[in-house]
Amino acid sequence: MPKDTASHTGIGASTKRREDVRFLTGNGNYTDDISVFGQAYVHFLRSDVAHGRITSIDTSAAEGMPGVVKIFTGKDFEAVGSIPCGWQVTDRHGAVMKEPRHPVLAYGKVRHVGDPIAAIVADSLAEARDAAEAIVYDIEELPAAVNMKDALKDGAPLVHDDLSDNLCYDWGFVEENKGAVNEAIKTAAHVTTLELVNNRLVANPMEPRVAVAEWNKSNDEYTLYTTSQNPHVIRLLMGAFVLGIPEHKLRVVAPDVGGGFGTKIFHYAEEAFCTFAAKACKRPVKWTSTRSEAFMSDAHGRDHVTKIELALDKDNNFTAIRTETLANMGAYLSTFAPSVPTWLHGTLMAGNYKTPNIYVNVKAVFTNTVPVDAYRGAGRPEATYQLERVIDMAARELGVDPIALRRQNFITEFPYATPVAVEYDTGDYPATMDKLEEIADLAGFAARRKESEAKGKLRGLGVNCYIEACGIAPSNLVGQLGARAGLYESATVRVNATGSISVMTGSHSHGQGHETAFPQVVAEMLGIDASMIDIVHGDTARGPMGMGTYGSRSLAVGGSAMVRATEKIINKAKKIAAHLMEASEGDIELKDGQFTVAGTDKSVAWGDVTLAAYVPHNYPLDDIEPGLEETAFYDPSNFTYPSGAYACEVELDPETGKVTIERFSAADDFGNIINPMIVSGQVHGGIAQGIGQALLENCAYDENGQLLSASYMDYAMPRAADVPFYAVDHSCQTPCTHNPLGVKGCGEAGAIGSPPAVINAVIDALNSGGHKVAHMDMPASPSRVWAAMQG
Amino acid sequence: MAKVAMTVNGKSVSREVEGRTLLVQFLREDLRLTGTHVGCDTSQCGACIVHVNGEAVKSCTMFAAEAEGAEVTTIEAMANEDGSLNTVQQAFQDYHGLQCGFCTPGMVMSATALLKENPKPSEQEIRDYLEGNICRCTGYHNIIKAIMAASGQEMPAMAAE
Repeated sequence: MPKDTASHTGIGASTKRREDVRFLTGNGNYTDDISVFGQAYVHFLRSDVAHGRITSIDTSAAEGMPGVVKIFTGKDFEAVGSIPCGWQVTDRHGAVMKEPRHPVLAYGKVRHVGDPIAAIVADSLAEARDAAEAIVYDIEELPAAVNMKDALKDGAPLVHDDLSDNLCYDWGFVEENKGAVNEAIKTAAHVTTLELVNNRLVANPMEPRVAVAEWNKSNDEYTLYTTSQNPHVIRLLMGAFVLGIPEHKLRVVAPDVGGGFGTKIFHYAEEAFCTFAAKACKRPVKWTSTRSEAFMSDAHGRDHVTKIELALDKDNNFTAIRTETLANMGAYLSTFAPSVPTWLHGTLMAGNYKTPNIYVNVKAVFTNTVPVDAYRGAGRPEATYQLERVIDMAARELGVDPIALRRQNFITEFPYATPVAVEYDTGDYPATMDKLEEIADLAGFAARRKESEAKGKLRGLGVNCYIEACGIAPSNLVGQLGARAGLYESATVRVNATGSISVMTGSHSHGQGHETAFPQVVAEMLGIDASMIDIVHGDTARGPMGMGTYGSRSLAVGGSAMVRATEKIINKAKKIAAHLMEASEGDIELKDGQFTVAGTDKSVAWGDVTLAAYVPHNYPLDDIEPGLEETAFYDPSNFTYPSGAYACEVELDPETGKVTIERFSAADDFGNIINPMIVSGQVHGGIAQGIGQALLENCAYDENGQLLSASYMDYAMPRAADVPFYAVDHSCQTPCTHNPLGVKGCGEAGAIGSPPAVINAVIDALNSGGHKVAHMDMPASPSRVWAAMQG
Repeated sequence: MAKVAMTVNGKSVSREVEGRTLLVQFLREDLRLTGTHVGCDTSQCGACIVHVNGEAVKSCTMFAAEAEGAEVTTIEAMANEDGSLNTVQQAFQDYHGLQCGFCTPGMVMSATALLKENPKPSEQEIRDYLEGNICRCTGYHNIIKAIMAASGQEMPAMAAE
């Protein structure tokens, strides 16, 4: 059992999660559990072709069907804004990216399987579905742009008729490095070249997306309940850019959310539709995605095709990296899609290594597929995978130990400015590698391989490192990079008269355990028990403007805002305590929930001070206002840089090509840790998603743009029997130097660090059996492995 | 519309429902027992698992009418009588066997059914039994630990931290 020290509920305690009780007893409050009196249900009629022109649509018969309230088509949204994109990338020639219109309902053309053609609002979901079948429409099917390379060729079908081609942008980073990189590669002692695919994935939080919207006719206010990682961002994007509803008339609530993994960051057409329709129908409107709909409407992840070259000198020092990537945007630009292959990918290409020359080129491509955006890691797994694969390949080509090659090239001095424009503040890559060698028992691998071979199996070991950038900021910098939002976070600490506390945070918890971990921080600062503190999140009506949860930012950014607000509380509370004890403010100390006057035995309790703040009879009213509530907005000065080293051991059955994960070990450096139990859990989940990508998951389209993997029958989610117990360690801690908690973020590490470890292990296993396989794309399915073994 | 009657969590209930009403819809929408979740539409994910006459059943694969006369138990009835978490639920909290909580009701119902038929399952038996329960958050590590702990067994060394 995790350590749970009853006497200590502050920083460092593996406090059990308070939110678990409601989830374990069926008392969670997920969006689909919300029903509003009088609600109608919406069903979207979705395109079953990838690309086509809507030549006619006749809803008259359907409108007469039982229970139908109203049927909407693209024409009803002509006067409504486009679903916006939140990041504008400028290409290497100085031109801004192409940004096509993204209508709420398809108008004129459908551009991917799943694009909504019409929406039927009816008294019941069954009636809405029945009515959908009575809509008569014609779509003139057009050739589809599916494969990215083909989509960029002259004469390729145009996803958007008003654009000259399917190239969204051609980004170079850092453009000034290009000459030196080309020269270094030309003069290198050895160059390893790898072409690979980072497979398209579907995030698949277990809770499908849901939206419930209501409109209040008495005051023209809207409320949208939605499955979002960032309700304030949805309020801003949908209110300001799509529907024209000002913030004070629009409340967005994201209650319990059943996982996000990135795909619930974005503003989706269904949210805007329900909000719009609630007023148009004068009834609350509810939409619940089916899983099949989720596969064709949730933003997908990854989908890069990359060529990477790694140059080394005669002593095996890395001298240059050059990459060319095609990144799939899908049919429309999802909220943060343009930033993923660029600022979240190119900036990480140095990895943990001191490579002096790096150049990254990314061409983003429109295709007739579901939009692609951030999925757990978002750009950083793509960077890590190509880098750690090409290093392994180089080690094999050069006949050197892959761990030694990495160690030789580690960055060891901090701060370290990379050639790709970021500055790592802290890290200790040899230490995480040492820790990994210990917890993974790498010394025992040779013996384990012999055991496997005695059973007729091949065994492989794959090791890699990763670095990531979390808590993306500061706002003024990201603004220059094209972000159309700030990337601060807010917190309001409301101390009540009796001393209990509500902390309103803009960070959203959808599995991360904020309701438990955040109070640990405030409890530590005030010296009171964490049970006196509640976290309030996920409701624009209850907290100040917030930016939400993604990019492993909640604790580093949201937690820092909470620290700043709590510091203000302490400052004010000390003034009150000084007055109560007739002492000088500078002499007041706060420890274990007691205010004392230094060098005396005078003290007042936390509750005495909080009561005085609200019953200010004996109170310094000339100096300070009554009340004890403070807000802080925190805008970080840099990213944080978690790092680590991962090892995977696989066993491969040469008869079938089936790969099983025998051991998986992760040594991470997340800086300081608030709740070790929760941190381990985050790593476990990330590893399973990375193993899923490497061995099982693949979102597949055929050449016509038909989605082949649109259910759990066809999309292989990792099951319990597909993964082992993991050995995870986060005892290597180099605290972040620029946030008050010294924390770095842990949410995405597992998913970033694990895919290359798995594939490195598969390649190692194959080579140990005499199969000279240099690379295999993910997922390493039995059929792919078996085919590789046949040469 | 047809009348269905069954016992849910020890209480007799009857409602008029359409023939096509699934048991999970009946529980969630007619009885407002929203602890049972729907995570897919192909009977793969297991978020909707309830007990019907003591057997673990995916309530999305069964019509409400098929449960006529049955004893149905949902997650809402799993806690001890005093409202405290039962052994399986408590183990899930103790071992951090849940994160977002969406798959959790199905996991608890599955784990309970497993331990009824196999009180001391091995790690592999637990993993195999959970073939029909998908979790996207935990990587299963702590779910397996929780179920082993609920059965009163020691953890394998690899699982200990």
